[in-house]
Amino acid sequence: MSQMKFEIPKIELMKSGHVACPGCGASMAMRYALKALGQNTMIVIPACCWAIIDGPSPCSVNGVPVFHTAFETAAITATGIKAGLSRQGDNDTTVMAWAGDGGTFDIGLQALSGAAERNEDIIYVCYDNEAYMNTGIQRSSATPWGAWTTTTPTKTPKSRPKKNIIDILLAHHIPYVATASVAYPDDFIRKMKKAKSIRGMKFIQILSPCPPGWKSAPEQSVHISRLAVNSKVFPLYEVEDGYRYKISLNHKNIPVEEYLKHQGRFKHLSKEQIKQIQVDTDTKWEVLMKKVEMGELFSEN
Amino acid sequence: MENGVITAGLEKYFNPETTEEVKVTEGTHAASYAVGLARVKVISAYPITPQTSIVEKLSEMCASGEIDAEFIKVESEHSAMACVIGSESTGARSFTATSSQGLALMHEELHWAAGARLPVVMVNVNRALGAPWNIWADQSDSLAQRDTGWVQLYAESNQEVLDMVLQAYRLAEEIMLPVMVNMDAFFLSHTTEPVAIPKQHLVDQFLPGYNPKFKMDIKDPRAFGGLATPDRYMELRYNIQKSMEGALDLIPKIADEYDAIIKRHHGGLVEEYLTEDAEYLLVTSGTITGTSRIVVDAFRNKGIKVGLLKMRVFRPFPVKVVQESAGRAKKIAVIDRNISFGQSGIFFNELKSALYNLETRPLINGYVAGLGGRDVTPSTIEKVINHLIAAEKGEDLIWMELNYESDEI
Ligand SMILES: Cc1ncc(C[n+]2csc(CCOP(=O)(O)OP(=O)(O)O)c2C)c(N)n1
Ligand code: SF4
Ligand SMILES: [Mg+2]
Repeated sequence: MSQMKFEIPKIELMKSGHVACPGCGASMAMRYALKALGQNTMIVIPACCWAIIDGPSPCSVNGVPVFHTAFETAAITATGIKAGLSRQGDNDTTVMAWAGDGGTFDIGLQALSGAAERNEDIIYVCYDNEAYMNTGIQRSSATPWGAWTTTTPTKTPKSRPKKNIIDILLAHHIPYVATASVAYPDDFIRKMKKAKSIRGMKFIQILSPCPPGWKSAPEQSVHISRLAVNSKVFPLYEVEDGYRYKISLNHKNIPVEEYLKHQGRFKHLSKEQIKQIQVDTDTKWEVLMKKVEMGELFSEN
Repeated sequence: MENGVITAGLEKYFNPETTEEVKVTEGTHAASYAVGLARVKVISAYPITPQTSIVEKLSEMCASGEIDAEFIKVESEHSAMACVIGSESTGARSFTATSSQGLALMHEELHWAAGARLPVVMVNVNRALGAPWNIWADQSDSLAQRDTGWVQLYAESNQEVLDMVLQAYRLAEEIMLPVMVNMDAFFLSHTTEPVAIPKQHLVDQFLPGYNPKFKMDIKDPRAFGGLATPDRYMELRYNIQKSMEGALDLIPKIADEYDAIIKRHHGGLVEEYLTEDAEYLLVTSGTITGTSRIVVDAFRNKGIKVGLLKMRVFRPFPVKVVQESAGRAKKIAVIDRNISFGQSGIFFNELKSALYNLETRPLINGYVAGLGGRDVTPSTIEKVINHLIAAEKGEDLIWMELNYESDEI
C-alpha cells in the first residue's frame, strides 16, 4: 500500500504566549490536539502543569472554552459539561478532558473509571510526563522503574514498574483507546480525529517529555519521543472496541539505552539495570504482539 | 388522607387554586418533586442513607419521562458535585443531593462550585458522621461546610422542603452562588406528611429558565477558573461576600414572591413565633422547631412569656434580624443538634457573636441536644426553658440528657 501524505491541519487554535518550559511535550501535544479537533471543542483541565500553561486568568492560550477543575475530576467534569450541552440541544461539541499522568493514573483514576464504565461521550487525553511535574517532580504510578524523582531519589529510585493505564481502560470495554507521541504528530492527529468521530468514551495517552523532570535538553524532546517509540518503551498502537489492536507504525529496534541515555533521571542506572529494562521492554512488546494476534483472531471469527 | 385532590377541610392549609394535588409524601420525595417542578436539566447523585430515596425517586421520574433530565449515576459524591459543576458551567440547571459522609467527601468540590460562581442546588439530609457509624439526624455534616461559600437553608417540614428547593433555585441564580437545602434525617426524610404540589405553570412563573451571563460557549471562548494571582484573588472573594450579603435581602423578597404566586410562606430569614413580647427566647432550626412550638404554647398558657425564633438560614448568617428579634429578649436558649468540638453548639456560637455589638446584651445559653438522632422531646425542651429561666449567667455549653455524667438539669 502506498503511503498517503498526511497534512498537518493549518488551523492554529492555540495561540502564542503559553507559559510552559522550553521543550515541553505537553504544550506541543495540545497544539496538535486542537488542530485535530477544531473550533467546536471545549477543554477541561484539572490541576497539573497545563492548569498553569494556559496562562493566568483572564488569559488563555487555547482559543476554545476551557474549564479548570479540581485535580481528580477531569473525566467527570467533562461528563457534566457534555450532559449540560446535550440537554440544551448541542450534541456536536467535542468535550475533551486534558489531564496529566497524576490526574489520570492516580488521584483521578476513580472518576475516569466511572466515566469509562458509563461510556461517556468524551475524549480523555492523558499527557503523560511520568511524574507530578507541577509540584516539582514527584513520582506517580506512571513513573517508570528505576527513574529518579524528588520522592524517589537516586539511592532508592522507583522500585515498581509503570502502571499500564491502557490495559486498565481496555478493561472497561470502551470503543477507542490509543497511545500517541509528540514525535509523530500525523499519527496523533489521525487518532484524535478518529476519536472525535466515535460516540462514547475515547482515551488517548500521549507521552510528553518534560525537560526539567526528565533532566533532558529542551531541544531533544522530539528526538527522545521518537526514541521512546522506536525502542518500544512506548509503542504506538490503538485498540478499537476493546480487542482490535492495531500497531500504528513500524517500530525500529533501537536499544533502550539509546532512549535512557538522554535523560538525567536514568543516569544512575547500572549496566545490569539497563539490561533489565531491555528485557522488560522486549517482554512487554511480545505480549503486545500476542494481543494483536488475538485481536485478529477474534476479528476473523 | 390519600394522595390526590384536596380533601375537604384542608383548604386552609392547601390553597386549591395554586395546588395541583396534595401528596402524602416523605421529605426525600418532596425534594424530588421540587426538582421536577424546577425543570432541572442535569441530575447527578450517589446514594447514601437517608438520602437514597431521592436518588431512587428521581431515577424513577427520569425513567418514566415525568421529568426531562439527564441523570448521571456517578461513582462517588465527589464526582456528583464535580458533574453538576460541569453541567452548570454550560448554563444547564442542575441538582444533586447527599448526606453526612457524602457531603464530607464533597468538601473540595463545594468550594469549587462557590468559587466558580455556579448556582448548583443541593439537598442535604442532615445525618451524623462516623466514627462510629450513625445514620440519624445531626447537623454536624452541613455545619462543617460553613465556610465553603454555600448558602445554607434549614427546613422544618416536608412542605417547606419542596418550597425551599424552588426558592433555592431563584436565589442561587440571582446571586450566582450554590444553595444547600437541609432537612433532618428520618424526622423529615422518611416521615410522610401531606405536601401540596404547586401547579407547574405557577412554578414556571415564579422560576423562569436559567440563562447565565457567562457560560461555556464555543461562540464566546473563555477560560473559567484559571490561576488568579494575589492581585486578583482577593476581589473575587470580596465579590462572593457581597453576593452572600445580597442574599439577606433576597431571601425574604423571594419568599414573598413565592407567597404572591403560590400562596404559601414559611418565613424569610427567620420565622418568629410569639417573639414580640418574649422574655425568654428559644432559638431552633430544623425539626426541633415543630416540637418547640408546642412547648412554647404550654409556657404561654402558664403566663410565662416564651417565644420561638426559627433559623431558616445559616449562611449568610442573618445578624441584623437576630439582633432585632433576639435583642428584645431577656434570656436566650439556643438548641443545637450539632457540636463544634472544643467550642459549643454552632448556631449558639454564631448567635452569641451576632449579639456582641448590642448595647444591652441578653443572657444567652447554649444547649446541645439530640446528637446522632436522639429524640428531642417536649420534655427535653421544657427542661431547657426551665433551666434558662433559672439561669443567672450565660453558659456556652449545656449537654442535654446525657445517659452518663448526667448534668444537674
Ligand atoms: C487534591 C489535590 N491534591 C494535591 C494537589 C497538588 N497537585 C497539583 S498538580 C499535582 C501534580 C500533577 O501531576 P500530573 O497530573 O502528572 O500533571 P503534571 O504536573 O505532571 O503536568 C499535584 C500533586 C492538588 N491540586 N489537589
Ligand atoms: S515542568 Fe515539564 S510538563 Fe510542566 S511545563 Fe515544564 S516541561 Fe512542561
Ligand atoms: Mg505528570
